[in-house]
Amino acid sequence: MIIHIKFKVNGVDYDIKTENNKRLLDVLRDDLRLTGTKEGCGIGECGACTIIMDGEAVNSCMVLAGRANNTEIMTVEGLEKDGELSTLQDNFVKMGAVQCGFCTPGMLMSAKALLMKNPDPTVEEIKEAIAGNLCRCTGYTQIVEAIKKTGEENR
Amino acid sequence: MDEKRNIIRIDGYEKVTGRAKYCGDLYFDRMLYGKILRSKYAHAKILNINYEKALEIKGVHGVVTSWDVPGEKTIGAIRFDHFPFATDKALYSGDGIAAVACESEEICDRALEAINVEYEELPAIFDMFEAMKKESPIIKEEFDSNILTHYPLRKGNVEQGFKSSDLILEREFNTQFVEHAYIETEAVIAVPGEAKDCYEIYGSIQCPHSTRKGVARTMGVPLKNIRIIQANMGGAFGGKDDSMTILAVRACVLAKKTNRPVKVVYSREESIIDTYKRHPYNLKYKIGVSKDGKIQAMKVLMYADSGAYLSMTPFVTWRSVVQATGPYEVENVETDIYGIATNNPYTGAFRGFGSPQIIYAQESLMDEVAEKLGMDGVELRRINGYKQGSTTASCQKLEGHKVSLMEAMDKVIEKSDYFNKKEEFKIYNAKSERFKKGIGLSCSFRGCSLGAEGTDATGAIVSVQADGSIYILAGLAENGQGLKTTFSKIAADVFGIDVSNCSYLPQDTGFIADGGPTVASRSTLMGGSAVKLGAEIVRDRIKDSVKKTLEASSLDDIVFENGKVINIKNKKEIEFKKACEIAYFDGKNITAYGWYKAPDVYWDEEIGQGPAYFTYVYGSQIAELTVDTWTGKIFVDNAYAAHDVGNAINYTGTLGQIYGGVVQGMGYGLFEEVDVQDGFIKNTNLDEYFIPTVKDFGNIYPIVIENPDKYGPSGGKSLGEPTIELMSSAINNAVSNAMGKRFYKIPIDLETIVTGKQLKRKQKRGSEA
Ligand code: FES
Ligand code: FES
Repeated sequence: MIIHIKFKVNGVDYDIKTENNKRLLDVLRDDLRLTGTKEGCGIGECGACTIIMDGEAVNSCMVLAGRANNTEIMTVEGLEKDGELSTLQDNFVKMGAVQCGFCTPGMLMSAKALLMKNPDPTVEEIKEAIAGNLCRCTGYTQIVEAIKKTGEENR
Repeated sequence: MDEKRNIIRIDGYEKVTGRAKYCGDLYFDRMLYGKILRSKYAHAKILNINYEKALEIKGVHGVVTSWDVPGEKTIGAIRFDHFPFATDKALYSGDGIAAVACESEEICDRALEAINVEYEELPAIFDMFEAMKKESPIIKEEFDSNILTHYPLRKGNVEQGFKSSDLILEREFNTQFVEHAYIETEAVIAVPGEAKDCYEIYGSIQCPHSTRKGVARTMGVPLKNIRIIQANMGGAFGGKDDSMTILAVRACVLAKKTNRPVKVVYSREESIIDTYKRHPYNLKYKIGVSKDGKIQAMKVLMYADSGAYLSMTPFVTWRSVVQATGPYEVENVETDIYGIATNNPYTGAFRGFGSPQIIYAQESLMDEVAEKLGMDGVELRRINGYKQGSTTASCQKLEGHKVSLMEAMDKVIEKSDYFNKKEEFKIYNAKSERFKKGIGLSCSFRGCSLGAEGTDATGAIVSVQADGSIYILAGLAENGQGLKTTFSKIAADVFGIDVSNCSYLPQDTGFIADGGPTVASRSTLMGGSAVKLGAEIVRDRIKDSVKKTLEASSLDDIVFENGKVINIKNKKEIEFKKACEIAYFDGKNITAYGWYKAPDVYWDEEIGQGPAYFTYVYGSQIAELTVDTWTGKIFVDNAYAAHDVGNAINYTGTLGQIYGGVVQGMGYGLFEEVDVQDGFIKNTNLDEYFIPTVKDFGNIYPIVIENPDKYGPSGGKSLGEPTIELMSSAINNAVSNAMGKRFYKIPIDLETIVTGKQLKRKQKRGSEA
């Protein structure tokens, strides 16, 4: 069935027709060609598809397209402002939090959602926030450090 | 961290903005989607494939089977025994039978359901020991037995050695199937080229040149007709090598059939079912030592489950035979390793490559021997461990590089406060009933690069532009490990400029020569050397052009530093940029090909003797953990890892490799296991196949040791693999330190800790399946 959804992604208004059996992940990637958001498992386990929906980090592989109607969404593509990396992104690059980069968009969005609510989180809070984001490359240490540093710079 | 040594990852920007395109992110005009139909049985004859019904479905553009493969039906890195499309028989549950190309993935699913395959189930063998029995059927017709490979190693006289021993210990160890679990699943897009019978293939392909060979062979075209372009890689760890050749062939056959671009992205389930795993090993160690702790003899017998295909089994098991006795001087050695065919999922390359299994066993054994002798494992290792000039089991004298085993051990012991912790934990454990704490160490040596496995040479193009910016293109691939950054840094250092001036072009078999595979932690050592050579050629040409401007009497007086080209005699200097411009207008070719061939190595296959690798690295790790004896949960509170990397060219990246490897090693030791039952994998997604999350361990303390190696670029050598191979034995030793009980199987799962055994049902014999 074709459905008609209206939503805001990274500050841009969208008004699109899509199929009701699509996942939000597919709408972002295939319909909007915002391919920064990745798929790693399709069952809500790896966090690669994490986006921010109305202020909450969610796995976009677990959300049906229709649910996105009238919501405000932010994806990794929305982090950079006016050609400048956000502090969070900059710290990811500088501190070795990125290797293959496939988990990175999801990691960034989980971290961003945390920082929006809790600008200067503790290491434990950071670990809690990214516990649903799997990374096979980095051993997480430099990711946690990058988020921590971003928090400290928010002070 | 030393801030100066922190270099910024050159592909960081695109990866944190979502701009980096992985293969799944690419779209082509008129592109179709492909999917694979896999076998219903672990071993079966294929009698008939009927896909008429599938073709009737709207949106289905093509169905292909083995019949549609125009060239040879097989591929293989070492031997051509692997069918991208099962031809007469399916040999394991992940074998591809047919593939479809459709307008959407959803239509693909429907098309697959409409294909009707008639099978005749054959008796299957899932157990290596059953496979070796005389009466067992031969699984692979092109071999004359189910024993696919055998590597022996003989040194001295083991019987004599055991006779002169005061203590003899025999132990058997078992390891499991493990999944690479890179977060990006396999993806390929095959695009028909403009010229006849030409194809461009984009993909998460770890070794583009190897994949090209397989595709050209099966498509029946010359190598030049196939161009493999590597997209950004979402992790590989050895896992995107021949598995990707298989996928590339499947996609290419679909593209030929439909004459349209075809994209195939495996779901996580397909990724786990289809592609190779780490080899499970059965290892029997017999060791003889004298009272004073000197090892007299070691006898090692190992079996590796190769599954249904040969893949990298020969090279993997060869590394095991070279390193089986560990970093210890042993006069008398007898080692044998066999690679066995079964109808299990096939096994192949995986970070570590035949070392994690043996190190797990041999380092656990060392601790147990020490215990029996009443000494600490560290002491036993100090007595027997390699020192400068020591001789290996294959009679190679360790010289020409720094043998830093003792240094690695000393540093990791100091950092972890190993001996004091041991005392502390003794006191703690005496008081605590439920929670027990332990600390354990392991150490290793590792041959760098391919060794006597094969031809070891690679190239790189360094192309300096008239404005001083630089392109680098190398025959080895960025898999996430930071190779682009490391190579750029190596080139930038030659020119005395900042790494941000360099761009690394994607690997494309059309533009760069076959430089062998990106495996065996050989990139920095081999590829880095090629980059350095290429850069030096260009540097010398630039020198020649600016000689006049700088009024230099000799080219040796010209140096490249801090973005300047300087005559050290008269202090005249110009900007590097300016120098490039001068060379450019001087008509100089400021692009050069660097080619590096590894020093010769040699191996006598009959007796397993010879200088296997031209240089080695050394490392040592310690695990400090808490066991909850009620639930069986083991938590690594602190892990320490000391590795000699020669020179940490990319320091941030070096730390990242250590953190990542240690955590993979924890997963390997503690909970990762592909559950294969009767040839079928039961845990096919990440909800059942667990990889470590950020909450599964405490802290990791990396210790970077730098003893520059004469063979490496600026002394740098291997790191990727050593980091993963040590944790499982360190954990095993720590668990036994905590519980006063030893375990002989990984993963050391919860049930084993609590009940002493695994609560799992036994496999059926294939014939009863
Ligand atoms: S793809 Fe959504 S959680 Fe893995
Ligand atoms: S950087 Fe590769 S999965 Fe996280």
